[in-house]
Amino acid sequence: MLLTSYNFVIFILACFVLYYLIPKKFQWVLLLAASYVFYFMAGAFYPLFILATSIITYFTAIWIADRTAKDGEYLKTHRAELSREEKKAYRVRSNRVKKGYMLLGLLLCLGILAVFKYADFAVENINALFAAFGSERELEYLDLLLPMGISFYTFQSIGYLLDVYWEKTEAQRNLPKYMLFVSFFPQLIQGPISRYSDLSKTLYEEHSFDWRNVRFGLERVLWGYFKKLVVADTILAAVSVIISDEYYSGAWVLLGIIFYGIELYADFTGGIDITIGVAQVFGVKVQENFIRPYFSKNIVEYWRRWHISMGTWFRDYIFYPMSISKSMNNLTKVCKNRFGKGVAKRVPVYLATMVTWFATGVWHGASWNFIVWGLLNGVIILITGELEPLYVRFREKFPRLTTSVGYKGFQILRTFFLMGCLRMLDCYQDVEMTFRMFISMFRDFDPAVLTLEEFAEFGLNWQQYLVVFAGTVIMFLVSLAGRNGSVREKIAAKPYVVRYGLFVILFLSVILFGSYGVGFDATQFIYNQF
Amino acid sequence: MKIWIRRVVSVLLVIALLLGLQRLVEPKYVTEFKEGGFTAEYYKETMGHEVLMVGDCELYENFSPVTMWQKYGITSYIRGSAQQLTWHSYYLLKEALKRETPDVVVFNVLELIYDEPQREEYNRVTLDRMKWSAEKVGAIRASMTEEEHMLDYIFPLLRYHSRITQLTEEDIEYYAKDTQRTIAGYYMRVDVEPYEEGAWPEEEPEDFTLGDNAMGYLDKIVQLCNDKGIRLLLVKAPSISPIWYDEWEEQIEDYAAENGLDYINFLELVDEIGIDYEEDTYDEGLHMNLSGAEKCADYLGNFLSEEYGLADLREDAATAADWEEKVQFYEEMKAAQYEELEEYGEIVSY
Repeated sequence: MLLTSYNFVIFILACFVLYYLIPKKFQWVLLLAASYVFYFMAGAFYPLFILATSIITYFTAIWIADRTAKDGEYLKTHRAELSREEKKAYRVRSNRVKKGYMLLGLLLCLGILAVFKYADFAVENINALFAAFGSERELEYLDLLLPMGISFYTFQSIGYLLDVYWEKTEAQRNLPKYMLFVSFFPQLIQGPISRYSDLSKTLYEEHSFDWRNVRFGLERVLWGYFKKLVVADTILAAVSVIISDEYYSGAWVLLGIIFYGIELYADFTGGIDITIGVAQVFGVKVQENFIRPYFSKNIVEYWRRWHISMGTWFRDYIFYPMSISKSMNNLTKVCKNRFGKGVAKRVPVYLATMVTWFATGVWHGASWNFIVWGLLNGVIILITGELEPLYVRFREKFPRLTTSVGYKGFQILRTFFLMGCLRMLDCYQDVEMTFRMFISMFRDFDPAVLTLEEFAEFGLNWQQYLVVFAGTVIMFLVSLAGRNGSVREKIAAKPYVVRYGLFVILFLSVILFGSYGVGFDATQFIYNQF
Repeated sequence: MKIWIRRVVSVLLVIALLLGLQRLVEPKYVTEFKEGGFTAEYYKETMGHEVLMVGDCELYENFSPVTMWQKYGITSYIRGSAQQLTWHSYYLLKEALKRETPDVVVFNVLELIYDEPQREEYNRVTLDRMKWSAEKVGAIRASMTEEEHMLDYIFPLLRYHSRITQLTEEDIEYYAKDTQRTIAGYYMRVDVEPYEEGAWPEEEPEDFTLGDNAMGYLDKIVQLCNDKGIRLLLVKAPSISPIWYDEWEEQIEDYAAENGLDYINFLELVDEIGIDYEEDTYDEGLHMNLSGAEKCADYLGNFLSEEYGLADLREDAATAADWEEKVQFYEEMKAAQYEELEEYGEIVSY
């Protein structure tokens, strides 16, 4: 069931009515049932996988929490009897057991993910290796169907398990409640990757019907549909053609970068708007996943604003733990002794950054495109860090220039195109083609090839291009307006006629200009596949 | 109180806007895909008919009710539209039988070769303008392809919204009015394009068994007619394509015999009726033109009159007045088409 399907809208309406009709203490039960029904409708066997991940992380977290409680109690009770060394030894033993539980949970969850998402990628590469060495041996592909949203719920569950392990959060002892945290349906398809400590605050609460909250939620949903259906899915036709054929080289590549940048932004942020809006209708607060990412002035800032929940997940569960790990400390010491302070300072950061971005790439998809994409992000971030002293000096030397609107605009455009170039790896079928097309952008650049006749070939008429243009301008203006406070709050403060007029215009725009229904391919959200 | 009034007005305003926009984007079926307007024309009929014909283009292009009226005084109507399938015919017939009880129902057997919904566009053409009733709901449910959704039928705006960027003058001109496309369901074409061997190449089906779904709806049509005491006549029109295979012919003959039905295969009567595929078709044998349709109607009228003893109603004043209008429209359309043919060398507006 796609978020843009009629069935989803009907499903939400039915859940909404029931949610506020049933006794409040059962509201979370309804959300759990709805989540499993939602998942079942996507694939009859899908609930089994999410149930497996839930049970694994639930029990391993409980074992860890129990062990922590038991050890704490033991040490408290025997405080007087045990020597310092005995206490230390006890803690070491205890930590080893807890680590064992944590690793068990981690391996099982990642094992499921690896089999479903990466097994065929591994087979493909092993077969390529066989062929490279002249062997005719070929392993068989598993051809398993990837359970929807598996990367999202697996990482969300692992995050919870690690938080319990690090004693950052209490373990949830009610299995059905925990199952709801893992499966909460609005965010099941494309995130965000919520933290237990955030989501649980409102997920299990009893919610009274609050018209303002519901209205705000609906407005957010409508705005999400506008972005997804009016902008993303309309321009998709052009993007699909441009990236599918090497005929569209040179200036077309640049245009493809711009179009895909618009499509991806409208698609992904639109989907998250729908997710957050639907959750808000049920009184549940889901964290923001984007903060005007295309206004970023450099790549580091971009990744603080784009897909925030994913970025912070990798930062908190891979980058930081790795940076401060014992083995990294040892490596730093070795480097310091052999190569000096400068290298020693950089090695843990470089290594942790590259591992984190490699993992980010792999998380996005089982292909070399994503791995290269991840590694390139890491490299550019490290280069940016190395160049920072130069930027600082430049800013000091030209303070007026570097604080001007024009310079900021330049930085924003530079970041947009830099990220756009990296995103080419999302689009083209393999790494080689991506690099060929990237080079063609400089080698064969000729704007004269962008003729109206060619634009007409993409299956869009001029009115549809106009709709996409207007939609993009509106998204830009809304982003601008959002820089100093919530746009919905601002609208809510306007007179009724203005509020009503804006709502009607947005609603009719979605109905009339949206790419949905028969005649349009039911386009999945780009992030569904992860 | 004031807030409630405001809310009600706001909702009504949105509904009015949606309905207004819906009418704007709905296809008007005036110059293109005229068949989309056929279903609704039946509702304009003020009198019942002795014969109700249900089927696809093999009926509405191949038989002229005006000829049956002029020669035999038989009143008839064709409830047909493009690629109308057996379940469409069943529900259209069921709906029609709530308004009238004809003496004879004529069903064209070609549609039995299709056992599943074919194309969404054709479903829309047949069902869009059908009045809402249990029959329409049933017809939609029976007809929907995998990509379709009931909501698209309930709110056509959802289906046709993309036409907002493709509107033509026709959408404005026919926003609040409609046009008449048929005469008692008959779609007239006076031009000629002779049949040529191999004009319509077809792949032979792997399996000639008529499907359970289609035959099940034929059973329902038989039952419907039996319940109402109506005679059901099966026909196969003299269209050359799609090819009518002997295997299908045998199954229909057997079915007719088992159910005590008459069956006329016009393909076997081509010489007797005098159909000349050099003169009587406008699209190389796919459909009859006016001349061919009048020949077929003449035969059918004679059969119904002679074999079933249908009454000649030409002396009935009310019926005659009603049919006089139809005949006049028929003659006007005929003249207009010949005029276009002479002026442009082809039919451009029909």
